[in-house]
Amino acid sequence: MNTSLSRPADSSTLRRRYQSRNKYKLFFMAVPFLVLVFLFSYLPLYGWIYALYDYRPGIPLSETEFMGLHWFSSIVSNHVQRQEIIRVMRNTFAISSLGLLTSFLPVVFAIFLTEIRTVWFKKVVQTITTLPNFISWVLVYAFAFMLFSVDNGFLNNLLTSLHLIDHKLNILASDNHTWLAMTLWSVWKGLGWGAIMYIAAITGIDPELYEAAKVDGAGRFRLMWHVTIPGIVPTYFVLLVLSIANFINNGLEQYYVFANAMNMNHIEVLDLYVYNVGMANSNFGFATAVSILKSLVSLFLLFMANGLSKLVRGESVI
Amino acid sequence: MGKKAKITLFDVLNYTLFALFTLACFFPFYYLFINTISNNDLSSRGLVMFYPRGFHLTNYIDVFRIPGLGRAALVSVARTVLGTALTVAASGFLGYLFTKNEMWGRKFWYRFVIVTMYFNAGLIPWFLIMRNLGLTNNFLAYILPGIVSPFFIILVKTFVESTPIALQESAQIDGAGYFTIFWKIVMPLITPILATIAIFSAVNQWNQFYDTLFLITNPKLFTLQFILYRYMNEATSLATLMKQSTGSAMNTNLANMATATSIRTTVSMIVVAPILLVYPFFQRYFVKGIMIGAVKG
Repeated sequence: MNTSLSRPADSSTLRRRYQSRNKYKLFFMAVPFLVLVFLFSYLPLYGWIYALYDYRPGIPLSETEFMGLHWFSSIVSNHVQRQEIIRVMRNTFAISSLGLLTSFLPVVFAIFLTEIRTVWFKKVVQTITTLPNFISWVLVYAFAFMLFSVDNGFLNNLLTSLHLIDHKLNILASDNHTWLAMTLWSVWKGLGWGAIMYIAAITGIDPELYEAAKVDGAGRFRLMWHVTIPGIVPTYFVLLVLSIANFINNGLEQYYVFANAMNMNHIEVLDLYVYNVGMANSNFGFATAVSILKSLVSLFLLFMANGLSKLVRGESVI
Repeated sequence: MGKKAKITLFDVLNYTLFALFTLACFFPFYYLFINTISNNDLSSRGLVMFYPRGFHLTNYIDVFRIPGLGRAALVSVARTVLGTALTVAASGFLGYLFTKNEMWGRKFWYRFVIVTMYFNAGLIPWFLIMRNLGLTNNFLAYILPGIVSPFFIILVKTFVESTPIALQESAQIDGAGYFTIFWKIVMPLITPILATIAIFSAVNQWNQFYDTLFLITNPKLFTLQFILYRYMNEATSLATLMKQSTGSAMNTNLANMATATSIRTTVSMIVVAPILLVYPFFQRYFVKGIMIGAVKG
């Protein structure tokens, strides 16, 4: 179209010819990867069909009894089942709510860390507090076991040697404050890592804003309140919205490794429940039905959260 | 800011709080370590609390006498190396391909991949399909599902788009194919992001636990993480293992014979050691990575 200049025209026709020749070639190069995505992310949707059968391992699906929506209706119609679901949902909501309540901690961590003026101290703090994010929950449990176990755990030995307790505390095998304990472990593991994003956001705030506020006579806390916090609220909001979207996805690993017969009543979140019903009790039909509902609800929450973000900030998060 | 600011009550509190939390993050690692190198009798009674007592290193030799541990270490290393290499290669190449506007149905296929980040069918349907695909008790179950990761694809695509297109075009004019352009021109430009991906992917592979839990029953394919989990819980199996490893000729000192505690702590240390070793090097990469990730593609 732009023939006035010969050079760009040449290069653009050349490019176009090159492109049309290669559009399928490019696609075929991507095919092996797309197949992997299909197999591991889309094909499991076909697995939803198991929710309609009374599937038992070892028997092909064609020979198993078709149940229709029995598993879905049994979630609410069966009294015992309903009590179970209510208990599991209560745990899920409690732990997720505590997670939301503690979501401001990384913000505080980041703001206060920027107030530390000793450079080496700041570096040490950041390096060591980020480390727990990179270890597995199994290892976190190993730490918990060493420090809090009833026989010869660190805490029990420390308290007995200081004569502060008479009989040993069995923290890991008790159902007291399970929700709180799980939240504290999450904070221990994630706080330093969670703060990185905010520290970066604070570094990105225009220094002139601070200078201007100082000229106006603002002290340290007024600077935090009027410059730093407004500077990182957008970041906080995005992460908060995403955590609302993940409200019913607590994950499995943390609860699986910390679970035992004593605390199961309060630690069994939805993900662990699905595992226990499906994998441990081989009730695949029912577990799949619960899985499906969980996926649909979390998709709904994601759209809700995204809508909320659009409404408040005029920007979507996904 | 020329003058030296005076130390306020806030500063004292601030430094103290950070020091305490940092200590809380550091102490478990330290406590674990001193217990692996201390007298096993003392450590099993929980008497090694703040500093090592009765130094010895036999635990690190004895622990490999536990049947299956060496094998598990091998599986963990294999899945980490192979999984990471394939994930990096796939993320790099696919991310590059998705920058090509001329690809047939590019927008559709890109979304096809990215959408999987926000939606999954659920663990039980996933497990049933994996089993139908023959990926139970199969080493490939550790590798294949993680190769294409939408988040990494976004990282690479964003990064490639930020590099000058002129370089690729001049190579095109010289008649280079897509693969040559990727290998010779794009790859060298995107090494920082590939390094970031390699680190995240490697840590992820090393720490992965639930895939063994769901898909593997054959002890030959157990990973270190899984074995550690079992050691934490199965005191009886530990007891038999201890009897087996007590026969070790290395152990002349009775007090340093393997105990449940010594096995637990030493295996934990072996599980955490690779992370601790690479951590100082990758620290600078993950800050970069998370920032690029934040500027969504």
